[in-house]
Amino acid sequence: MIPLEHVLLLAGVLFALSVAGIFLNRKNVILLLMCIELMLLSVNFNFIAFARHLGDLNGQIFVFFIMTVAAAESAIGLAILVVLFRRRKSINVEQLDLMKG
Amino acid sequence: MTITEILFYAFAAVLVVAAVGVITARNPVHAALFLVFAFVNSAVIWLLLEAEFLAIVLVLVYVGAVMVLFLFVVMMLDINIAQMREGFTRYAPLGLLFAAIVIVEIGSVVWVKHLGGVQESAAAIAQDPDYSNTRALGELLYTQYLYPFELAAVILLLAIVAAIVLTMRRREGIKQQDIAAQVAVRAQDRIRIIKMDADKASEQTPATETTAGAPQTEAQR
Repeated sequence: MIPLEHVLLLAGVLFALSVAGIFLNRKNVILLLMCIELMLLSVNFNFIAFARHLGDLNGQIFVFFIMTVAAAESAIGLAILVVLFRRRKSINVEQLDLMKG
Repeated sequence: MTITEILFYAFAAVLVVAAVGVITARNPVHAALFLVFAFVNSAVIWLLLEAEFLAIVLVLVYVGAVMVLFLFVVMMLDINIAQMREGFTRYAPLGLLFAAIVIVEIGSVVWVKHLGGVQESAAAIAQDPDYSNTRALGELLYTQYLYPFELAAVILLLAIVAAIVLTMRRREGIKQQDIAAQVAVRAQDRIRIIKMDADKASEQTPATETTAGAPQTEAQR
């Protein structure tokens, strides 16, 4: 039987790595999207670990919905990215200052 | 230490290595492939955690669809990798600091709360040999979570429509059929009725001249 703490620590390490990835690759929007996918994966680990250890299937339902929303998010994000590159010829975050944010 | 635990630690180690590869890869294509590797390892760990349906869905949906989308986009865009890597080493200490903070926080919560006590209650729950995770999830999904399930379907439809609308473009200078313009055409645009005097050479020229079709109309004008 896999201990619950070890799964949670694995999820925490994955989440921390993706946070570090957002800091490291702060110019490349594609890598930022990948790091967000990795974050969602680590959150899903928590849900599945607790669903396993509490014997409650509702956690797995939550993972199902998170994966649905993540797939929709990445599809729309990549579409925005393609349009952005077509207009600006760049996906550098620092050059995306059109809205003066 | 059972074989399940050995497999868990092995795949967890490979998963962490793959995650490090995602965030440090020089080439975005390599990062995407590392992410595929991480997803496959996660699917194996989910299998070990008895979430069989979600493990298969992770491989099919993420590795099969989302990561292929990522790879397509990465290969379509012409990215200056050297420019993108600017500031990588400058922000590395900050990123590692935040990663360490997150790990310490989560680890301390797990340590302090003694979450290991939770597992004792669940150890008694042993499933039947013919227990099906997919069937159990489906029964829950189509009864208790029916409305959220339909909302998820609407969200996916929204994603389809949004992605198509965002990326569709109309190129200039392409000969293509414009169906809306064809349907909206009126008789006045195509037919011109010319009234002529009846007494002047009526046997040579017809009184009304009818032409149909766009090219002839263009020629007359």
